[in-house]
Amino acid sequence: MTALTETSVREAAPGGGVRREALYFAVRNGKLVAGFGIVAVLLLLGLAGPLVLDLAEPGAYGTRPMAPPSAEHWFGTTTFGQDVFAQFVYGLRTTFAVGALGGGIAAVIAMLVGFTAGYRGGLVDEVLTMLTNIVLVIPTLAVLLIINAYLGIRSVAVQGLFIGLTSWPWAARAIRAQTFSLRTRDFVALARLSGASTPKIIFREVAPNMSSYLFMTFILLFGGSILIASSLDFIGLGPTEGISLGLMLQNANQWSAMQLGLWWWFLPPGAGITAIVGALYVANVGLDEVFNPKLRET
Amino acid sequence: MRRYFGRKLLVYGLTFFVAVTVNWMIPRFMPGDPVSSMIARAGASNPGAVETMKAYYNGLFGFDQPLWKQYLNFWTSMFQGDFGISIWAFPAPVGEVILNAVPYTLGLMIPSVLLSWVIGNWAGAFAARRKLLDNTVLPVGYILTAMPYMWLAVLLAWSLGVVAGVFPVAGGYSFSLQPSFSADFLLDLLHHWALPFASLFLVALGGWAIGMRNMIIYELESDYSNYLAALGAPQRLIRRYAFRNAVLPQITGLALQLGVLVAGALVTEIVFSYPGLGSLILKAIQNQDFFLLQGTFMFIVLGVLIANFIIDIVYVVVDPRTRAGMAGAQA
Repeated sequence: MTALTETSVREAAPGGGVRREALYFAVRNGKLVAGFGIVAVLLLLGLAGPLVLDLAEPGAYGTRPMAPPSAEHWFGTTTFGQDVFAQFVYGLRTTFAVGALGGGIAAVIAMLVGFTAGYRGGLVDEVLTMLTNIVLVIPTLAVLLIINAYLGIRSVAVQGLFIGLTSWPWAARAIRAQTFSLRTRDFVALARLSGASTPKIIFREVAPNMSSYLFMTFILLFGGSILIASSLDFIGLGPTEGISLGLMLQNANQWSAMQLGLWWWFLPPGAGITAIVGALYVANVGLDEVFNPKLRET
Repeated sequence: MRRYFGRKLLVYGLTFFVAVTVNWMIPRFMPGDPVSSMIARAGASNPGAVETMKAYYNGLFGFDQPLWKQYLNFWTSMFQGDFGISIWAFPAPVGEVILNAVPYTLGLMIPSVLLSWVIGNWAGAFAARRKLLDNTVLPVGYILTAMPYMWLAVLLAWSLGVVAGVFPVAGGYSFSLQPSFSADFLLDLLHHWALPFASLFLVALGGWAIGMRNMIIYELESDYSNYLAALGAPQRLIRRYAFRNAVLPQITGLALQLGVLVAGALVTEIVFSYPGLGSLILKAIQNQDFFLLQGTFMFIVLGVLIANFIIDIVYVVVDPRTRAGMAGAQA
């Protein structure tokens, strides 16, 4: 079985090259397919749900408070009669937005710092590494707490921005180490000999050789941003308008859903966050196996 | 070794400096005027009252002085242990309010962090390369690390506290008891401590187990492992060597995770209304008590720096390369 598939890859290889081989293993990797599958389903629910399904406004007070899950209210209602399923669907949007924004900004900063420090070396490296270490040691959530407390009006965009600005250091360190090992390779030396500029060498020679690594870093930053945002929301420093999965947990806790036995209020949002982040982690392991032949299970 | 500690201390010193500066800057340079928003929140409309309050708050923050002087004053008052007066616990000084809460947070964090690290590493090392165990430890580990801390806390409090009624779900001790060193009180304290501890312990456990499992597999593939196996060394011995090498990145990982662990402890305390720093932060935010919030921030930063330094010392003890001045640990 494996022998057969191996040959078919080799036949396909001349046309597509590395990318087609990666795709070949990607669709056959259970972890990757399952992980991205779960994320895709939840993302689709968040994006298309409000358009396709007939949902109530997530904040609108309904007439049937504290109702358990039923055909009418799939996930039941809160003490104020708000539809938990509607909140969940809109909350997914916010959660994905914070993840993409926070993870994206963190990834960009991490790449800038990591590439520059790793490729330039010397004094630039010393200064950037020092900066990275300082931001690394400062407890992220504590900084975000005081920043958000002083912000009168908090939006999802600002929350994502500040999460991105504080959560890049470990990624920058990892990218720096990778760049460090790549910069002494022959093809980089060749590019330098041929007179290519530093940014060009970084983006044309160094970055593509670690693109799989960069993508996996982004996924981890994405998941991390979601977890940090949910903690912030839970402490009461979430977006002042709208709803997110973390805010749902905060509301449930604040209005004693636990003591009142309204389990349908606090189970879905936590399960949603766990599913997204867990699926991202599992997909990441799958990606690792796709890109790194040593890890592939035969 | 002197270079190693010198570098570490430089980073921590700079971090402390940055943290204090950030703490000073945020109320002053954030968009919006904290003084007028505080007055607006107090709901004062009488022009005379507004003027008096404005003068009072400006004096409190020292806004009437030039910026550089405000900055120096901030440092001096901090070294004198003066973090201002708490609004929520008026008229108690912030330092005192925080010191009352710190033992609860430490009592929760230190055992849960250390135990989850030890047991997680052990479980991960044990499961690596053992098909059946690996297939259970790995998925459970991923689910646990992906869980938001507060959600597992809510689940435990709801299932074991509310539904089963085995554990109390709120507070550090029963309201009917006075804090004392009697057996009754200590038992009650332990009873209230169990659930928050369990939830912190479980979430952190998954990450350590996964990390250790991956490290062990990596070490078992390395040359020295193959060499030992070729010599006919027993599996137990090879695994022991692999473990000793794999535990080093896990120690560094503990230092890197400190911020996340503190954040986890804070939200867990909020779920259980546990009287530590987390509940204090919640009170500070609900009451717009900025002095209390900023004081807590400084305490958390200080605590994380001290913990980092302790881990550095442990690393020197464990890894002989740092003692010999070789680049064992990343500075």
